[in-house]
Amino acid sequence: MKEIWAGVQEAFRLIFILDADLIEITLRSLEVSLTALMIASALALPFGTWLAIRRFRYRRFTIAVLNALMGLPPVVVGLVVYLLLSRSGPFGVMGLLFTPTAMIIAQVIIITPLIASITHQAMRELWSEYHDLLISLNTTKRQRVVALIWDGRRTLMTAALAGFGRAIGEVGAIMIVGGNIDHATRVLTTAIALETGKGDFALALGLGFVLITLTLVVNLAIHALSRTEQEGTW
Amino acid sequence: MVSPAISVCLDSVVVKRRGKTVLGPVDLCLQADGFTIVLGPNGAGKTTLLKVLHGVERVSRGSVQWSIPNAQVREAQAYVFQSPIMLRRSVRQNLAYPLQLIGIDKAEIASRVVDWAQKTGLQDALDFPAPRLSGGEKQKLALGRALIRMPKVLFLDEPCANLDGRSTREIEELLYDATKAGTRIIMTTHDLGQARRLADSVLFLMNGALHEHGAASNFFAAPSTSEAQAFLNGDIIE
Amino acid sequence: MIRMLLALMMITTAAQAQAQTLRLAATTSFNNSGLSDVLLPAIKMDTGIDVQLLVVGTGQAIRLGQAGDVDAILVHSKTAEEAFVSDGFGTHRREIMYNDFVLIGPVQDPAMIKTSATAAQALQRIATAEATFVSRGDDSGTHKKELALWSEAALEPEQFGAWYKGVGSGMGASLNSASGLDAYIMADRASWLNFGNKGGLGLLFSGDPKLFNQYAYLPVNPAKHGHVNAEAAVRLEHWLTSRRAKDIINKYTINGQALFIFNSQP
Repeated sequence: MKEIWAGVQEAFRLIFILDADLIEITLRSLEVSLTALMIASALALPFGTWLAIRRFRYRRFTIAVLNALMGLPPVVVGLVVYLLLSRSGPFGVMGLLFTPTAMIIAQVIIITPLIASITHQAMRELWSEYHDLLISLNTTKRQRVVALIWDGRRTLMTAALAGFGRAIGEVGAIMIVGGNIDHATRVLTTAIALETGKGDFALALGLGFVLITLTLVVNLAIHALSRTEQEGTW
Repeated sequence: MVSPAISVCLDSVVVKRRGKTVLGPVDLCLQADGFTIVLGPNGAGKTTLLKVLHGVERVSRGSVQWSIPNAQVREAQAYVFQSPIMLRRSVRQNLAYPLQLIGIDKAEIASRVVDWAQKTGLQDALDFPAPRLSGGEKQKLALGRALIRMPKVLFLDEPCANLDGRSTREIEELLYDATKAGTRIIMTTHDLGQARRLADSVLFLMNGALHEHGAASNFFAAPSTSEAQAFLNGDIIE
Repeated sequence: MIRMLLALMMITTAAQAQAQTLRLAATTSFNNSGLSDVLLPAIKMDTGIDVQLLVVGTGQAIRLGQAGDVDAILVHSKTAEEAFVSDGFGTHRREIMYNDFVLIGPVQDPAMIKTSATAAQALQRIATAEATFVSRGDDSGTHKKELALWSEAALEPEQFGAWYKGVGSGMGASLNSASGLDAYIMADRASWLNFGNKGGLGLLFSGDPKLFNQYAYLPVNPAKHGHVNAEAAVRLEHWLTSRRAKDIINKYTINGQALFIFNSQP
């Protein structure tokens, strides 16, 4: 119990003195996870919507696979991406291993199925609501996708935030493909793993509380910006 | 502005669902103007007929032929559902949506929206979220949204089924104005009083078959089939 | 669009590589001792090389060297190192410094290893008492040393009961497990001294020459992997075997105890 309290104190101390290392790894955590979020959303949102409105032969199978991919163990993804990006691997010449880019790639792979799956579920419900009207109005497929994404944007935002949460808290994959290199690829989660390994629990917990606070702040900011809980909106 | 007359003919149309014949065979031609009411007991196939005419129901046999090219057909029609479907947006945005789809310019959209909001009595609720309107208001909005593109043909599927007397009257007034402005209206209803008030012509359906088709006055005074007579008497028909 | 993104990625990562950087895979025991935190800034100051340190187990370090994902490795497992060189993955091995392994355990010392004459005897007493023992279990230099000692005591870890726990983790994580289980464990002295979660454990046995732990530096062979920063690897080797390095390494202490002893031959 006293260690948890020590961790809280350490968190306050680090933030208060604006510890340079803390700022560096926090910014890097945000850089990696937010970039991964943007790329993953750009892929997952249209795909999930398209999957909700298009009928094709292997649709049920595709949906089942998509939902299963949500359970991809991140550390396995990390290992596979490492093997692909390794100098001895197919994409080695690009020299991406042990850079933030490699971490972004791994996180995109991990969170895209999650965002796509939630998107699909939400869009399916909205589509069944709008279906008759949009067909009656003679809309094109593209117009339908636009209407669904726009009117369903709040659920999509939840999907995106779920993806962000998964990304920023992830440690297994980015440890392998990033290498946790000081001043290069170290982020909050890998630093926590490192300090835990050194037995410095207070610092590890402190970083942990910073991470939790960061995630809370991002969520609150997004909700505030989109005025989700305001009276009269949904 | 004189718009070309538009008519439609159904030729031996049959609609089957899960092997069961829901509608047909129907041979029918409807002309350019007027107010047609489709009558019949529940399950008679009224909604199916409407959807076939609107082109959103696939026919198992037969054909639907309009007098204008197919590409223009859907553009010239509009449909109001029994339960109004509201976009999760404001009243203003709901009204504007059909016009945005066909690329009308912003100024024109704005003026038409205000115009129809007034006609439907929703001018004070323009920025109110549509899903939170009352049942009657929603249906009026749906009607305004349907008419805002000035369709040549308007289909309505029991629009007043869930509404109170006042809303029903307001909707009927709007329909009356529309018909005066030249819109061809085809509507299903349960309400015989409403049918008498509005219809120029009547289609009577039962068990998927078209039993009568004629001028309203004739139909109500002296229907030619016994089933229709029974229906008008208020008997339960099977 | 994709091509533009790819090009952008390649340019930024290439730019990162232009600045004198060298990727070095080193063992967890090297980092957990805290020595790397002292050496790296000095290296940067003296040579301008930005050493990007990947802290991994010996097995993974060797793997990274074989794959050419790092420019050099710093490990402490002589047999693995010699194989690395003879297989052509490394150009040569250069001894830099050594520290020693120690036996850690609960301060009450239920297996009574404090009075042992040799490390092998201490391990024998642990096995006889079936006292909980945490093993690295990860094919690291430390693990291999531990296995060699069991072998010397004529014991086979494969046959041990549940008291022998292979955790498959780095030095720090293994120490955490030992602390949590109040178990015996073999660790390098430096990592132990720098460890922050000692709990009820204490240093019980040390000094046997068999516990000697030699660190060596192996540059990755540029003939096998043409892209490695061979030039910086050579310069780093010169620095690591210089008087300056000797000075820093020998003077590095925790609580007044010197941890590493520089023993590089010219």
